[in-house]
Amino acid sequence: MGSVNLDEVSEKYNDVLKEIGNIGAGNAMTALSQMLQTKVDMKVPQVKLVELSEVGMIMGGEEQIMAAVFLGVEGDITGSMMFMVEKASAKHLIKKVMMGMAPESEDFTDMELSALKEVGNIITGAYLNSLSTLTNLKIYPTPPDLQVDMAGAILSVPAIMFGLNGDKLLLIQSQFFDEIQIDGFFVLIPDLESYAKILSSLGIPVDLEG
Amino acid sequence: MSEIIKVGMADLKTCVKPDGVTTLGLGSCVGVAIRDPNTGIGGLVHVMLPDSTAIKNSNLNIAKFADTGIVELVRQMEALGANKSRMVAKIAGGAAMFASSRPDIVQVGQRNVEATVAVLNQLKIPILAKDVGLNYGRTVIFYPETGDYIIRAVGKPETVI
Repeated sequence: MGSVNLDEVSEKYNDVLKEIGNIGAGNAMTALSQMLQTKVDMKVPQVKLVELSEVGMIMGGEEQIMAAVFLGVEGDITGSMMFMVEKASAKHLIKKVMMGMAPESEDFTDMELSALKEVGNIITGAYLNSLSTLTNLKIYPTPPDLQVDMAGAILSVPAIMFGLNGDKLLLIQSQFFDEIQIDGFFVLIPDLESYAKILSSLGIPVDLEG
Repeated sequence: MSEIIKVGMADLKTCVKPDGVTTLGLGSCVGVAIRDPNTGIGGLVHVMLPDSTAIKNSNLNIAKFADTGIVELVRQMEALGANKSRMVAKIAGGAAMFASSRPDIVQVGQRNVEATVAVLNQLKIPILAKDVGLNYGRTVIFYPETGDYIIRAVGKPETVI
């Protein structure tokens, strides 16, 4: 697969990847809605191929403080995935999960971080589950890691992984509402071989050479 | 009035005093700041990956890699009139953003730092200061006139190296 470029693969199969993103995010929101025991409305997710130099801007600037859950993916496909929300949205989600027990403070307590990790775990788990059902591939998540920091710094991790094979990052933006509008971002980072597996399991012949 | 020129991810920019260069939210990437103190010519490259030769791809973004990015920054500074023999460097970034994940992710910041140091050594550009590693993001601003490399992180006081 000498000259394979991830950007080309992503562009070529954009519609399929969009649909996968759509279904995955939909499932994730259903899981979130069940966890919060409220109705969560969502917009149709936007799947974008973003230039590495522009990724920070999408989230309101590289210095926007985001909470991110990052986990590895194993099984028939390998890679990793990330779910990010802006800090205020993260606070809101924590408050709902902890049923108002969360303190009103700028920073996150250990308890809050743990609750947030659980939210992230459920959201990403639901996402991967739907991908697994859709493709009939075995997909297992590794335990998640949580980080609260600048968007640019957090995104450097998936960007580096995409950067190995291309200059763009596949970003799935899903907007959802309960009382407030929350912007969530999914970044699915399959290894290049896994891309081909996902696509061919959906009955799409993949030509990684061209 | 001096201007501050923004450098994106996998990007590089030069500037001349009193202007400065900045890059926001460095994570596992490394911000390599170089200046020629005599001329006040400087620049910043936002290095994402250690080694361009490890990547089999024809249309490379040279600013993305430590080896090609730093060499290109030096070349552009020389084109502006800087002298390589006078150049000095400061580096920041290379954090391990997610501490307990896959080892290849944890180490990528460290590998970027090692590659950056190796390339600067090879070019005989001394590294005057560094603020690297740990597990948090950094925003950096570099002024070639003074050599001040300002580092900001979430919930930490601003430092100058």
